[in-house]
Amino acid sequence: MVPLSWYIVLSAIVFSIGMFGFLVRRNLIIIFLSIELMLNAVNISLVAFSHYLQSINGQILVFFVITVAAAEAAIGLAILIAFYRNKPTVEADEINLLKG
Amino acid sequence: MKYVLIPLLPLIAFAINILFGRKYIKDKAHWVSVPAVIMSFILAVGAFMDVKAGKVININLYDWIVSGNFNVTIGFLIDRLTVVMLLVVTSISSLIFIYSVGYMRGDKGYYRFFAYLSLFVFSMLILVMANNFLLLYFGWEAVGLCSYFLIGFWFDRKSAANAGKKAFVVNRFGDFGFGLGIILIFLTFGSLEYLQVFPGAHSIVGQTLNIFGHEVDTITVICLLLFCGAVGKSAQIPLHVWLPDAMEGPTPVSALIHAATMVTAGVFMVARCNPLFVLSPVAMNTVAVVGGVTAIFAATIALVQNDIKRVIAYSTVSQLGYMFLALGMGAFSAAIFHLYTHAYFKALLFLASGSVIHALHHAKHDDEQNMQKMGGLRKYMPITYLVFILATLSITGIPGLAGFFSKDEILWRAYMGGNLGKFLWFLGTTAALLTAFYSWRLIYMTFHGKFRGTQESERHLRESSPVITVPLMFLAVGAVAAGWVGIPPLFMEHGDRIGAFLAPVLGHSEGHGTHAEEFMVLGASIAVALGGWFIAHRMYIKRPELPQKIMDKFQPVHRLLFNKYWVDELYDKTIVQPLLKGSEKVILGIVDAKIIEGVVNGVPALIGAFSRRLRRIQTGIFSYYGLVMALGALIIIGTMIFLK
Amino acid sequence: MEEIILNKLSYPILSLIVFLPVLGALLIMFLKKARHIRWATLFVTIAAFIAALPLWSHFDKTTYKMQFVELYHWIPSMGINYFIGIDGISVLFIFLTLLLGVLSVLVSFRSIETKVKEFHMSILVMETAILGVFVSLDFLLFYIFWETMLIPMFLLIGVWGGSNRVYAAIKFFLYTLVGSLLMLVGIVVAYFYGGQTLNILALSSVQYPLHIQVWLFMAFFAAFAVKVPMFPVHTWLPDAHTEAPTAGSVILAGVLIKMGAYGFLRFSMPMFPDATVLFAWPILILSIIAIIYGAVICLAQKDFKRLIAYSSVSHMGFVTLGLFALNSQGLEGGILQMVNHGIITGALFLMVGIIYERTHTRVIADYGGIAHAVPWYAGIFMIFTLASIGLPGTNGFIGEFLIILGAFKAHMIIGVLSALGIIIGAAYMLRLYQQVFFEKLNSSYENHPLPDLNLREVITLLPLIVLVFWIGFYPETFLSYMHLSVENLIQQVNAGSGGRHLLAEYIKIFRGAF
Repeated sequence: MVPLSWYIVLSAIVFSIGMFGFLVRRNLIIIFLSIELMLNAVNISLVAFSHYLQSINGQILVFFVITVAAAEAAIGLAILIAFYRNKPTVEADEINLLKG
Repeated sequence: MKYVLIPLLPLIAFAINILFGRKYIKDKAHWVSVPAVIMSFILAVGAFMDVKAGKVININLYDWIVSGNFNVTIGFLIDRLTVVMLLVVTSISSLIFIYSVGYMRGDKGYYRFFAYLSLFVFSMLILVMANNFLLLYFGWEAVGLCSYFLIGFWFDRKSAANAGKKAFVVNRFGDFGFGLGIILIFLTFGSLEYLQVFPGAHSIVGQTLNIFGHEVDTITVICLLLFCGAVGKSAQIPLHVWLPDAMEGPTPVSALIHAATMVTAGVFMVARCNPLFVLSPVAMNTVAVVGGVTAIFAATIALVQNDIKRVIAYSTVSQLGYMFLALGMGAFSAAIFHLYTHAYFKALLFLASGSVIHALHHAKHDDEQNMQKMGGLRKYMPITYLVFILATLSITGIPGLAGFFSKDEILWRAYMGGNLGKFLWFLGTTAALLTAFYSWRLIYMTFHGKFRGTQESERHLRESSPVITVPLMFLAVGAVAAGWVGIPPLFMEHGDRIGAFLAPVLGHSEGHGTHAEEFMVLGASIAVALGGWFIAHRMYIKRPELPQKIMDKFQPVHRLLFNKYWVDELYDKTIVQPLLKGSEKVILGIVDAKIIEGVVNGVPALIGAFSRRLRRIQTGIFSYYGLVMALGALIIIGTMIFLK
Repeated sequence: MEEIILNKLSYPILSLIVFLPVLGALLIMFLKKARHIRWATLFVTIAAFIAALPLWSHFDKTTYKMQFVELYHWIPSMGINYFIGIDGISVLFIFLTLLLGVLSVLVSFRSIETKVKEFHMSILVMETAILGVFVSLDFLLFYIFWETMLIPMFLLIGVWGGSNRVYAAIKFFLYTLVGSLLMLVGIVVAYFYGGQTLNILALSSVQYPLHIQVWLFMAFFAAFAVKVPMFPVHTWLPDAHTEAPTAGSVILAGVLIKMGAYGFLRFSMPMFPDATVLFAWPILILSIIAIIYGAVICLAQKDFKRLIAYSSVSHMGFVTLGLFALNSQGLEGGILQMVNHGIITGALFLMVGIIYERTHTRVIADYGGIAHAVPWYAGIFMIFTLASIGLPGTNGFIGEFLIILGAFKAHMIIGVLSALGIIIGAAYMLRLYQQVFFEKLNSSYENHPLPDLNLREVITLLPLIVLVFWIGFYPETFLSYMHLSVENLIQQVNAGSGGRHLLAEYIKIFRGAF
């Protein structure tokens, strides 16, 4: 039986990797992947807590997160492609039209 | 109900002409208007008979405005004063309508002219027939409106359009006071009906109003406010400036509106309100002084004017001054008497001068009103000349003619009115001298001597057609004989029939003079009338070079009079220009555009400036946002952990 | 409740009238041809007008109570109802709105060529919103209608307006929104103070403490004063009126700005009687300023529509003057003058729109001497000019006279000053008339003649001409509707609620300051 703390640590590590990637990488695809990573880190801890507390709520929430993540990925990639058509780049730094 | 028809017929004529005149009726417009006004005249005679038999007709048609305790009706009061006015208005209107058929023939606004004239007669009849102050005000404003239309009848001329506007706006100044007076009457008496206000007048003697901390007699305030309206409508100082300009209108208009009827509305109104005025010595004296001063003021201006119609216009102002002088002295019936005779001889003067202008117009196709370009017309226009002479004899007060009786009665009443009265009598008599002078001057310049226009125009000169001269002859009869209903008791027992007729409404003013004094006043009047004639004769017939010499000698005086004491310029500089300039430069330019709009546009501008600074945070660098987000999350989590 | 009389007709007449235009808007969404859209809109507006005629005949003039009331629960948990009804004050505005609705469609037949469908939908939606404001007896409902009206008006100005339309539209929107938001705060406060209800009649009988009244009065005042518009907050009006298309100007001047004055009558006065008495003086003074200021500023105008817009400031000054004179002549005169102003200024804007279609200029100096070219137009314009300067026999006179009488009763000096506005009124209107119609014909019209009014335009103007004289000669038809409602209003204000003694102290201090 793996203790709960291991899962939490794993989740924290995965989340940190995702966050790190999100902050330092400039390629939008990678940034996307990092976001997915963070979501999955949350999923890990949700499932772990769900098992630990013997409550189904956590797992239900995971399904929600997966759905939302899928939707988000779809929309995000669509935006990305639309953007790429206008400006042939996927570098985040190049996307600064919203600069005040 | 037949009394309602008196004003209604001209109104119907107006409606028909204005709606169908342009397309269908055109130059047959007089077939609508003339019968209507003649019918009104006949009905007015009927009303006169009824009233003479001792009836006072007071009919209310319907409630006009009802609000809270305020209630005013559309209703008519026909008493002795009203019928006199009705007869004057409808008879003179009828004659002038007929005259206009000839005078206005061929004008492209022919139908419009008759429409407006009919509307005017309607309004004037409402004015005199009203049984309450608000309906009086209705007629009062409506005649002003018609006057505006008719002065600006030839509106392509800038001067005509300006004159119409000026008349309306100047009158509004008077009406401002008049309207407030009406409101004050309502608040004081709780009603606006004559028959409720006048009997109650005694009960408010001594009541005061608080104006800026001063206690002022209510009746005096009311009377002075009402008098404001009269000053405007009857062109008294200081609101006389519009009447001379009003001569831009066609001559029949000048005769009907600006001589015989509308301008006398002020006199009528004060006479109508005599139960109020007699209770306020202050108001009475004001009326008398304004009248007396206007009489002489306008007469002096008339001395030097060269425009034939303007001379008569100033003469009108002056004669109106006499009427107010009479009103102020308490001689209400004398004022109405003069109003009545004046209507005939002044209408005659205007129409006759119209005949002259018409003749010159045919000759030159241009309205010539400058007397310096006339002269010697008597041999071309004998009838016009003759009636002009009769009218002049009448206005100057030659014994036996209409003007003599009425003017003499006014001067005699003034003479009996204490020290102020004596002074005003002196003013009036002097004005009579001036009147005689300028009236004869006008005749000599126009009809005597040599024609001073071009030869071309001289060939076309001829007497006007009968449609013009016949009304002149009728009016001439009036100018001669109208005064015979008011022969002073001095000459004939019960001779003052008009005074006796009006006495139930206007009261009977008693004199305290001896026969000797009365003869003295009479003699003075006759002397100045003949004196003025004599001087004019010397100056313009005997020694035609004299006027120029005198003019040169008294250059500043001549300029002062010729420029009408610069009153117009004074108003322009002190009221009109500051208002226009202030409106454009100060109110619009500074208050509205700078101050208010400054705040309105300033607040968004401030917010904008603030946000321009704030938006620098939005760098547009993607990872920067991510970092801020992460840090924010950290801070929130941190505070939650540490605060727990 | 004894304050209301439920609708006795077999169908919900008020709801029908209010929502008929918006249903019509849905209908024309499916139409394609511009001609069809125009006729359909015209049909809908006329139908709404006809549907309202029973209000005229079935109105009970013997009571001040709300009539034709419809009351349904809407959000019961918060005490919010669908509650509509009319009394003698609002009934006149219903008719005015419906009439001007028809006319503004008629006048747009030729002048609107782009986005015809959207234009007519905006007009219909706005008609519903305005009608809704006049019938609502529930604050939430009222506020929804109040704000809804902003959107179509914003579009009308911003899309179909003149050259400076975007600025004018945004200015109009923000100006009114700022005021309305303060009112919203006021409504929320009133809701909690008045026992958690948004029923306007119930809130009117609540006795608020004086200081609350003062604050609430000011919050409501912000919304209403902007809409009227009263003196220092009037500057949106010239821009909005000038830039709006003719139909927009007509509705704006005709009914929209009446909503502010209506708000004073329906909310401020009955709900906050003590504050009303307290603020009457400052408002009277502001009104006097508006009257004279608006009139004087007209003397300097060079733009046809701008002049009429500024004259509205002056005339609405008369309205607020009459209302806050707080006596029956002033109030009735004020209400009547609201209707009159709708008729006269609506008509003047229609007239300007008609001539603008021919000349495409609003600059007064581009006209001149056109009376010979367009005699009927000139004649009809004269009628409205005279009504505008308050000549007896026209509707303007009745209203202004009653207002000045009321003001004079309130205080002599106020009455005298307000009468001054009439002098200047004559000056600027006659000046305009002379510059446009008199003198020599402007040379630009010698070669291509101006056509006179056509039948459609005459039909558009005819009802307004009839009303000018109808009210001028027999105002009782209209005054009789409001007598009892006004009487009741005066009683409500005079009875006051708590804190009259405190108020007396305040007023003493205030008057001492003068």
